Amino acid sequence: MFAPVSTSSTTTVAHILPLTTIQRERLLPVPGRVVVRISQKVTPLDVIAEANYGQEHALLDVASEMGISEAAAEDLIHLRTGDRVEENQVIATRGGLSRKTIRAPRNGRVVAVGGGRLLLEVGEGTYELRAGMPGIVTRLIPERGAEITVNGALIQGVWGNGRVDIGLMLPLLSAPDEPLVASRMDVSLRGSILLAGACNDADALRAAGDLPVRGLILGSISSDLLSLAMQVRYPLVVLDGFGNRGMNSAAYKLLITNARREVTVNGEPFNRFTGAAPEIIIPLPVAQQPPMPQAVAAFTPGLQVRLLRAPHVGEIGTLVRLLPGLTVMPSGLRVPAGEVRLESGAGVAVPLVNLECLG
Amino acid sequence: MPTSMVETESLLAVDVGASTTRATLFDVVEGYYRFIASGQAMTTASAPFKNAGEGVHQAIENLQTITGRRFLDADLHLIVPYQAGSGVDAFAATISAGPTLKTAVVGLLLDVSFKSAHRLARTTYSRVVDTIGMNDRRKPEEQIDSLLHLRPDLILIAGGTDGGATRSMQKLLETIGLACYLLPADKRPAVLFVGNQKLAAEVKTSLQSFTSSLTIGANLRPTLEIEDLLPAQRSLADLYATIRRSQIGGVEELNAWAGGNLMPTAHAQGRIIRFLSQVYDSRKGILGIDIGASAATVAAAFGGELTLGVYPQFGLGEGLAGLLGYTKIEDILRWLALDIPADVVQDYLHQKSLYPTTLPATAEDLALEQALTRQTLYLALNATSKDFSQHTQWLAPGMTPFFEPILAAGSAITNAPTLGQSLMILLDAIQPVGVTTLILDQNNLLPALGAAANLNSILPIQVLESGAFLGLASVVAPVAAAQPGTPILRVRLVYKNGNESRLEVKQGALEVLPLPSGQSGRLFLEPLHRADVGFGAGRGGNMTVSGTALGVVIDARGRPLRFPADHGQRRELLKKWLWTVGG
Repeated sequence: MFAPVSTSSTTTVAHILPLTTIQRERLLPVPGRVVVRISQKVTPLDVIAEANYGQEHALLDVASEMGISEAAAEDLIHLRTGDRVEENQVIATRGGLSRKTIRAPRNGRVVAVGGGRLLLEVGEGTYELRAGMPGIVTRLIPERGAEITVNGALIQGVWGNGRVDIGLMLPLLSAPDEPLVASRMDVSLRGSILLAGACNDADALRAAGDLPVRGLILGSISSDLLSLAMQVRYPLVVLDGFGNRGMNSAAYKLLITNARREVTVNGEPFNRFTGAAPEIIIPLPVAQQPPMPQAVAAFTPGLQVRLLRAPHVGEIGTLVRLLPGLTVMPSGLRVPAGEVRLESGAGVAVPLVNLECLG
Repeated sequence: MPTSMVETESLLAVDVGASTTRATLFDVVEGYYRFIASGQAMTTASAPFKNAGEGVHQAIENLQTITGRRFLDADLHLIVPYQAGSGVDAFAATISAGPTLKTAVVGLLLDVSFKSAHRLARTTYSRVVDTIGMNDRRKPEEQIDSLLHLRPDLILIAGGTDGGATRSMQKLLETIGLACYLLPADKRPAVLFVGNQKLAAEVKTSLQSFTSSLTIGANLRPTLEIEDLLPAQRSLADLYATIRRSQIGGVEELNAWAGGNLMPTAHAQGRIIRFLSQVYDSRKGILGIDIGASAATVAAAFGGELTLGVYPQFGLGEGLAGLLGYTKIEDILRWLALDIPADVVQDYLHQKSLYPTTLPATAEDLALEQALTRQTLYLALNATSKDFSQHTQWLAPGMTPFFEPILAAGSAITNAPTLGQSLMILLDAIQPVGVTTLILDQNNLLPALGAAANLNSILPIQVLESGAFLGLASVVAPVAAAQPGTPILRVRLVYKNGNESRLEVKQGALEVLPLPSGQSGRLFLEPLHRADVGFGAGRGGNMTVSGTALGVVIDARGRPLRFPADHGQRRELLKKWLWTVGG
């Protein structure tokens, strides 16, 4: 039976919240060991779970190399799944005139035996799952990870380069659209997390890496810098999108208010299906637990919205009312729309699908 | 047709698209099947909902509001069969929502099983992330590591002719089995085996317990000379539905409502195009195209032989971020009648991929959206044309084959602000040749009809002939090796009332002869300078044409379409062409 949820007049919510309860599950990609306990305080870089994660495998075809049948080869292999082997350890040996020995090429672990062959997991490393955010461990997920909870400000972005770090946030902008320029970067910024409006300069991204910084928060980035942004060694989160348009005013105000605080920059890539998104977390002290962020919102008057398309892309406004029937846009499209009052005071008609709730 | 001849009466079809879920009602009106209405809602397959059922429920509820008829009872169960003014007699469902399936293709020979397996992979919403075969220079352990790293959702295994040698395939199967065994249980892929049937039992024994789902399908290469994709396509469609049932909440219930017959939207579109090519027995092919957020789909059938191509990389949603990996930015810019810089276009591609459901509100955004629609459709059709049937009739290599009709779906085309814009997108992207009819599927009925054909073979035919589709234009596209400005075709359209219109069409021109919907006329074509309109070089002919929204359009702009090198002239030409067909 399908749950009765109305979706035609609802929208998803992008979180730009001054104070909320942030709860995230962090999971290993494969089963492993959870190394934190309930109520433990963690920082973003703390390891909360780890797993032995073989990066490579070596297949030893004993039957083929010795020129014997699979059954005969299996008689020569005295190792079982799970056994550890060391480099050069004898895997199988055949006596007689044409004596032959097969040895382990590297240290490893037997992961499968059969058909006269043996598969070793080699180059084994430990995969370490980091908390990715500061907070308290509120739930353990056996063999996979934990749930972490923290109170503070939350600003979600739209693009991240997959890296995480923590540091003091220093604004390098006096207006939301001020670009990041290499000449503004000096040694006093080393180890900090920088905040800038836009970036269309590859040298600026490289200069940030040369300092190095611990992270970079941008309103927008030129799309031709994305491959470089993936390569830099510090976390980079883009809040609004691509081009040269700066940062939305709600995020700008919230981040400026929290300048010089310790912030976590988590560049987790955006994934529409799982809901994963890059985010900035700023832990804050609270007297009582603030509410969790809402996932969806109904289009109702008073809703704070972000405009997702031209001509007012990235601007913040307030939904005044839903317009009756269909509205003809300057493009000529006839669409369900709402009247939005922008921060400038101007009222504009915007297709509902081009609005995203902020909350 | 009397109602008594109808096999099943009302039918409700639900399509869960990447951004929109539609519920469409068909019922019998005065003895004939008719499209009644459709309700829409936002698709809820992604976060934060993660349950497609919510969007399905809302779409049906909207349909209830429109029709005043209840389809769900108080417990939200589907009312089947129709009783006392409520419910429906049958239900069908299709789906294209969900992440593109990461697919690994396994085969033996590059020019044989690999090619066929890749063709098979292209018939659904998949992206090939690895290929493993005999010509692969990697060691087996490297192939295993690759699969462990990529974690495919689906492994397609082809190779070997029926009854042929098995040893090479067995080695590959061992490698695949080991990789699947090493993956965490919740990350194991679904596997479709469509190779040498002699190995079927062995595949089952060795892979069954290490896959999320294993399907043994008919060999897509039963002999070296014969490729038979159709049974494998059906197996792949079933497996796709199985994967979606486990990936997305609510899809299991949808499949149950559909009696276990949930199918991929593209598969349903392919079915109806193939069905039409059988029913109408056209000497030309039938073409169906659909551009949506999740993919561009091309279905072309020639005498009952279907070629289906599904291209997530050419969809107008998330795929746009990677589009420049398949085409040059200049090839997008060529379609723009406005002066928009290349870097703005590049940023637009990435921004739109973040918000696939958004719509262009400005003239500039609309121009960009329509330029992208042209280029993605052009790319998708070109990619599919390599696999067209041997029965295809072409005027010349590299040109679009003869099609009649061409059915177009996708809101970027069917919901364009003017019909002239819809027409120009189709003419520019498809560049049809000869005489054809362009039809718009404005209500997105094709997948519903494809799914319904399974339950009721009369329904699709009657709905198609009922006027539920919009006849956009009858198109005459002559091909000539003449200089621009040279007369290449004399056209005479004789209306039912005896009046007639005459035109002498020059190379490079685009002309329109009005023939409104509901009317018909006799069209006489007299090629000049050995121009070809599909009857052979310099050969003329005449035919009855039915009226359409834009009438008879003569597209003598040349094939392939070429633009002036000067950008200003090119933009003026694009504006002139649009103005010619009504703006």
